[in-house]
Amino acid sequence: MAFVLAPETPLHAWLAALDVQMQRSPGFFEARPVVVDFAALNPADAGIPTLLNDLEARGLTVVDVENAGDLPCADPWKRRLVGGRDGGDVIPAPAASPAVPPQPTPEDSALLLDRPVRSGQSILFLKGDVTVVGAVSSAAEVLAGGSIHIYGALRGRAIAGAVGHRQARIFCQRFEAELVSIDGYYRTADDFDPALIGRPVEIRLADETLRFTLLG
Amino acid sequence: MAKVVVVTSGKGGVGKTTSTAALGAALAQSGERVAIVDFDVGLRNLDLIMGAERRVVFDMINVIQGEAKLTQALIRDKRLENLMLLPASQTRDKDALTSEGVAKVIAELREKFDWVLCDSPAGIERGASLAMHHADIAIVVTNPEVSSVRDSDRIIGMLDSKTERAERGQQVEKHLLLTRYDPARAERGDMLKVEDVLEILSIPLLGIIPESQEVLRASNVGSPVTLNNPVSAPARAYTDAVRRLRGETVPMTVPTDKVGLMARLLGRRAA
Repeated sequence: MAFVLAPETPLHAWLAALDVQMQRSPGFFEARPVVVDFAALNPADAGIPTLLNDLEARGLTVVDVENAGDLPCADPWKRRLVGGRDGGDVIPAPAASPAVPPQPTPEDSALLLDRPVRSGQSILFLKGDVTVVGAVSSAAEVLAGGSIHIYGALRGRAIAGAVGHRQARIFCQRFEAELVSIDGYYRTADDFDPALIGRPVEIRLADETLRFTLLG
Repeated sequence: MAKVVVVTSGKGGVGKTTSTAALGAALAQSGERVAIVDFDVGLRNLDLIMGAERRVVFDMINVIQGEAKLTQALIRDKRLENLMLLPASQTRDKDALTSEGVAKVIAELREKFDWVLCDSPAGIERGASLAMHHADIAIVVTNPEVSSVRDSDRIIGMLDSKTERAERGQQVEKHLLLTRYDPARAERGDMLKVEDVLEILSIPLLGIIPESQEVLRASNVGSPVTLNNPVSAPARAYTDAVRRLRGETVPMTVPTDKVGLMARLLGRRAA
């Protein structure tokens, strides 16, 4: 996965903001390729000629630039994918049998856990739904790309729709969570309606608000 | 072939060492050949609780590093001849424990004893993970309060993933030992109830050890509570736990010390 950075004018202020961000989450850019998008920059910005060197000096690995037009300073960085080699001419593939798209199997799109998720354990499954038969303990977490179904008590964290899936939901048989989140919108235990605690609950995202519904 | 039991908890101060000593002595009293092993390198205590601190010559690290034979390091209990202690080293740290060394010591103990009880250090680092690594059975010692319960939950997760049995796709048999339990305080809501703890940890209950002055008294004289005062409430609770560990069906009760009015009036001063 590569990051696209879109620097803004004035550059010195943008770089300062980047420094603050990197200080807050060191290692965020570590070993991640970065593509720099010049679209939002004023071509007259004084920082442009040194921008890419400034980024590399911060330890970022710039592999390509976009929308740089014919700025001479960007040339050395164009299509510079690390370790890339000339692929030669493209040879058209022989007319093979009609391609059969790989059928997704149920295992690929859902994760089923037949045991409790204990304190300190983190279940990360970004390809789809996670079902837990058992409890999710205090200080344990489940992160799912899709929905989360818990047949037991939810005492830890449930983070559904973790890759930007607004339709994802969270279901649990017994709601005692520390934190729930759908598509980045989160609520912590302090915000929960006391009437929901200990009950079966469904959580969904509606108009940028988490909606909690008592089930049964 | 011995059963290897780890007595563990995650949190410190909940009663791992006390329980290891009390269970080990009760097992030995029932005629089994028992070794109790202190894994708390650098902070050893089991020798004190067993009253063997002045008889330590070699320790487990000496055995691991080939400076002593296992038979030289094992200390025979003065009260029970089928109870042996393998002390930890006080002058070293946990890095001196190598996984090959521990595997070798445990394999040798398995041949010589019926039960090998490993007293785990607190925490989830090297010492604790090596103590649990070879276990067939785990006794998870928990106090009825939230921080202890959460730490035990973490340890149960490790027992299910980091042990030799887990790596072979098998299960470590897990038992909950609830210690320092005060029924009156639990009833008032000052302490988690037994059902609450069982609900959260969802492993079978091995025993409930009541909070008691007898435990402290036994520690101070260097004797497991099951030997020091076998009729006391905690001693009876540990003895029941051992019977359950050996496969007997014993109804679950919380033993209490019956104190009459006269004894209460007169006994306070003596205690």
